[in-house]
Amino acid sequence: MIHTLAQPQLSVVNESANVQPQQNAAKMQVLHLSAYFGKTQALKDVSLDIMEREVLAIIGPSGCGKSTFLRSLNRMHEVAGGRISGRVLLDGEDIYQRDPVMVRRRVGMVFQKPNPFPTMSIFDNVAAGLRLGGMSNRSALTDVVEESLKRAALWEEVKNSLDKSGASLSGGQQQRLCIARALAIRPEVLLMDEPASALDPISTAKIEELIFELKRNFTIVIVTHNMQQAARVSDRTAFFYLGELIEIGSTETLFTKPHEKRTEDYITGRFG
Amino acid sequence: MSRWYYYKRKAVNGLMLSLSGVAAAVVLVPLLLIFFHTISHGIAIISVDFLTQMPKPVGESGGGMANAIVGTLILIGLGSVVGVPIGVLAGVYLAEFGENRFAHVVRFLTDVLSGVPSIVVGVVAYTIVVLPMKQFSALAGGFALGILMIPTITRTTEEMMRLVPHSFREAGLALGIPQWKTTLRIVLRTALKGIATGIVLSIARIAGETAPLLFTALGNRFWSTDILHPIASLTVFIYDYARAPFEEWNNQAWAAALVLISIITILSLLFRFFSRSRYEGQHS
Repeated sequence: MIHTLAQPQLSVVNESANVQPQQNAAKMQVLHLSAYFGKTQALKDVSLDIMEREVLAIIGPSGCGKSTFLRSLNRMHEVAGGRISGRVLLDGEDIYQRDPVMVRRRVGMVFQKPNPFPTMSIFDNVAAGLRLGGMSNRSALTDVVEESLKRAALWEEVKNSLDKSGASLSGGQQQRLCIARALAIRPEVLLMDEPASALDPISTAKIEELIFELKRNFTIVIVTHNMQQAARVSDRTAFFYLGELIEIGSTETLFTKPHEKRTEDYITGRFG
Repeated sequence: MSRWYYYKRKAVNGLMLSLSGVAAAVVLVPLLLIFFHTISHGIAIISVDFLTQMPKPVGESGGGMANAIVGTLILIGLGSVVGVPIGVLAGVYLAEFGENRFAHVVRFLTDVLSGVPSIVVGVVAYTIVVLPMKQFSALAGGFALGILMIPTITRTTEEMMRLVPHSFREAGLALGIPQWKTTLRIVLRTALKGIATGIVLSIARIAGETAPLLFTALGNRFWSTDILHPIASLTVFIYDYARAPFEEWNNQAWAAALVLISIITILSLLFRFFSRSRYEGQHS
């Protein structure tokens, strides 16, 4: 399915997102990042900055390296057996010089498919990161679980059934549970890999509202296939194609006056 | 033409369905025969005395096999102490870190070990435990049984861990949970029910072993719970009593068989009960 971006949707961007790229310092800096799977190069010499408390959307056709890029930002790329060259700085420090466990506590991640732990209750799912990270103070955990579920806009729906299995929730609720689980470790950056692509439109709308709320406190990088979604939720958008960063700019500019021919072709549906 | 094909297809379908149905029924025959014979011969002998008394000397009637029941449980326990940790940990290694040459060798040798006759394992245990200690012992028996448990538990653990979707591992790691905790507290926990089934299967197998015990635990007509001394077991009891020239002993052997099957069934049920997921039955 090819998306054509019509004018009405652009006006939605302007009204609801009120896009104002913030004039903050870079939270993360990606410098000449290349990523490989064996001999295949999935990402070619990408450099960009991720600003403090912005929502950065990554768009591009399948196989363009979006997910690989995202997974390089919290060292999950290497879990799948990949390797990288270049540098990724978090507050000026190279994450590839740090312990990956500590990096992942500061850069959280939400996956495409909701994946709550099946043997754990809703409470335990949210507490998992802290508890298995060594925190055992029950009342502190209770506070964090409540706070995280509230932030993920799930508290009202589950506050009376925290002992139930996480797997008993609907798909959209499961994804918000996974967001709460990621928020519970109090990350500074939240990576979202197509967080709504497995969800129905109502759940998708909830996730998008949530992203809008979360950017007050977190820096968010979201990969999406859905350009309308990118336009709705993000401050800036980066377009990737064949492993290269083609263009990055304010979402409004990228969708209305792209500098690159390939960006324009993609967002107007001529390929992809 | 097409009508002929239709009837032919129907006929072939009917024939194959009946054949596989008959085969499925035949599978049950040996099991039912075993149950029928054990229960019909054994049930009359079973009594409180039989379960709580010691064997009587030759020539006296009555008596029981309390020592053999306890002995079998001790041997199963000792075997599990050897077999479960080694089997589970080896399975975890093969599932999580098993893409190297060493792991392929281990996998192959595990399959070889599962094909080694139990009597050979008994002889090995005799050589490396009984001879140096100069003593038949429950310990040697448990050692032999533990070795027999390892391959089943290793392979089931590996397979059950592999069935856990990769996304749970990624979710754990992405939460900043260290790899070893992700493996133990998330992946192993998720696979636990399947692993428990593997453990039960291996316990059921070793509980019925006789040959390796003949060289190791030996058997004992007296009460003993000392793991450094020979110990009685139901299987050796059955072996001795079934070939004895006394009808009462033969019947007691049937009763012992019935008790053994019951113990295995009860252990399986208990294990399943305690390893079931808290959330079983809740849909996902």
